[in-house]
Amino acid sequence: MDQFLQHLVNAMVLGGAYALLGIGLTLIFGIMNVVNFTHGALYTFGAYAMFIASTALGLNFFVALPFSIVAGLALGAAIELTLLRPLRGADIDTTMLVMIGAGIILQSGTLWIFGGVAKAIPSPFPDAPLTLGSVSISWLRLFVLVAAAALIALAYAMINGTRLGRAMRATFQDSDAAALMGVNVRFIYTATFALGSSLAAAAGALLGPVYVVFPQMGDLAAVKAFAIVILGGLGSITGAALGGFILALAEEFGAGYVSSGYRDAMGFLIIIAVLLAKPTGLFARAERVG
Amino acid sequence: MPTYRIASIAALAMALLAGPAAAEDAIKIGVNQPLTGAFAASGSYVVNGAKIAADEINAKGGVLGKKIQLVVEDNKSNPTEAAAVAEKLITSDKTPVMMGAWGSSLTLAVLPKLEEYEIPMLVETSSSGKITTSGNPFVFRISPPSALEAEAFAPMVEKLGVKKVDFLVINNDWGRGAAVDFGKMLKGKGVQVGLTETMDAGAQDMSAQLAKIKGTDSDTLMITAAVDQLTLVFKQMAAMGVKKRVVTTGGSQNPDQILAQAGSAADKTMHLTTFLPWSPEKTPDPKATAYFLGEWKNRGYPFAGSTESFRGYDGIRTIAAAIEKAGSTDPKAIQKAFWDVSFIGLNGPIAFVKAGPEGKESGQSKPGVYLIEIADGAIGEVKL
Repeated sequence: MDQFLQHLVNAMVLGGAYALLGIGLTLIFGIMNVVNFTHGALYTFGAYAMFIASTALGLNFFVALPFSIVAGLALGAAIELTLLRPLRGADIDTTMLVMIGAGIILQSGTLWIFGGVAKAIPSPFPDAPLTLGSVSISWLRLFVLVAAAALIALAYAMINGTRLGRAMRATFQDSDAAALMGVNVRFIYTATFALGSSLAAAAGALLGPVYVVFPQMGDLAAVKAFAIVILGGLGSITGAALGGFILALAEEFGAGYVSSGYRDAMGFLIIIAVLLAKPTGLFARAERVG
Repeated sequence: MPTYRIASIAALAMALLAGPAAAEDAIKIGVNQPLTGAFAASGSYVVNGAKIAADEINAKGGVLGKKIQLVVEDNKSNPTEAAAVAEKLITSDKTPVMMGAWGSSLTLAVLPKLEEYEIPMLVETSSSGKITTSGNPFVFRISPPSALEAEAFAPMVEKLGVKKVDFLVINNDWGRGAAVDFGKMLKGKGVQVGLTETMDAGAQDMSAQLAKIKGTDSDTLMITAAVDQLTLVFKQMAAMGVKKRVVTTGGSQNPDQILAQAGSAADKTMHLTTFLPWSPEKTPDPKATAYFLGEWKNRGYPFAGSTESFRGYDGIRTIAAAIEKAGSTDPKAIQKAFWDVSFIGLNGPIAFVKAGPEGKESGQSKPGVYLIEIADGAIGEVKL
């Protein structure tokens, strides 16, 4: 039982970060239909931004975090403006190749600038964990869970409750109709990509201090983000959030009770099982026909 | 005028001939290391160590009157790439001898190429037993295989009071091999072996494995992984309150980096290592160690990298010694000459003894293995 609770606590923390990654990607991949191969690189970017902000710039941890998220927002906007905007209307293969190239450039650039040695981000929390009975959790991880939950709620409220969010949903349902209603469609594309990117950067900035920061950290994160989006159903925020937690639970309990060697396989087994039963994912967006 | 023209044509011809002749003159040594991917940091250190050796040798006049030239290729931390790099070094660069390929899985992928082209390779880092026991006569290894590490650790087991051990190892030839070899040694000493948990090479979250290990009655956890993953394991152990004696193996722990990045989480952890840069005077050849560490510092590399890079340094020195003994750059002659190499490396005498099936033996050198401990922010040898 003790072990079960410890696994559950671990899975919740991991799930929060997975959910952030998933929501960011579902906006871009699920709603905008851009197969975003820079998502992992943006996750890495968020972590390095956090590293620079809290070491070289000497910012406080809690200032460095929003700084990294805004940096991710800016990089996302820059990618959209320079790479995706000129390619609007191009076929999906072209966009995909350009995004793969951008992902490679970002990752190799990071390796070039920072080298391959992993960096550690100092954390302001005490090293001693919070212990409740037999379950221990570090203060940093607890903060990550709370911050992730807050960011998820914020993203949800923004997309479902604001004019900008409504304009986003309208644009991706029918961009012509939205444009006719006076929505600045070009701005919405940039804003959506930037928002998705900032969530990936947020996940990186939150997990960077928990783990270590290195140029390839985004590879596995990107694979998981895609899995979460497909599991939750393309374009569904609720699906991505839930998908993140399901993947984390599957990995944690799979590794804990079946075999740690197949940790990553467990998550994908669950996904295969879900897709067999519900091929469009848990919360599929209704597709417009015609 | 005609004489002038002839002279200039002659000069041009000389220049054209001299170009390739100069390159031909250098003795090429292939270096197959991970410079990108999961093991980029370690592989780069090894290459930088190798360059120090090459420069030192060339400054002293080279080998057989020729300069040595390192041909460095990146195997991207990927076994398929490691085999492709070996093929490229052998067929396109025509290197008569190579050094590589850091990780056990990377090195194992290269082995068939050595047999195919009959080119010897010096293995500087890998510790999987399979490398020297699979009957490949082109392999000469200066790093200790896990079994040798286990053998060196055996006398310390009782003194440390180890009763029951769990393993947490990287899920590849290196990690799984270490769990088997150490497990065998421990069982032989009457120590119980509990769980063997694995983690993928790129995995960042080991909390599931650690939650499981936390619940066992073992007193010691033996971990085999490279520095970045060890840092994460220590931080996560501290976060979950896993309190067991920790001994790491494999020689790629980089204790200084662990200390810098894991901080107090790494306190009281013990590491089996093959080099003692913290106390150069205690190394087998203090003068050489001091020279190497001085040069490492001069070039602006972090001290922490020296526990990895010394292998590249010793590896190239060993290869140079073999070429010198061979008296030629014929791969067959170099392969034969490796058996006659004998000098004091930074971590003990380098001399090859036969390992593996008879008639097709690989060469294995037996370096020193030391147990060090991180305690109160300092690194020191464990006195038992």
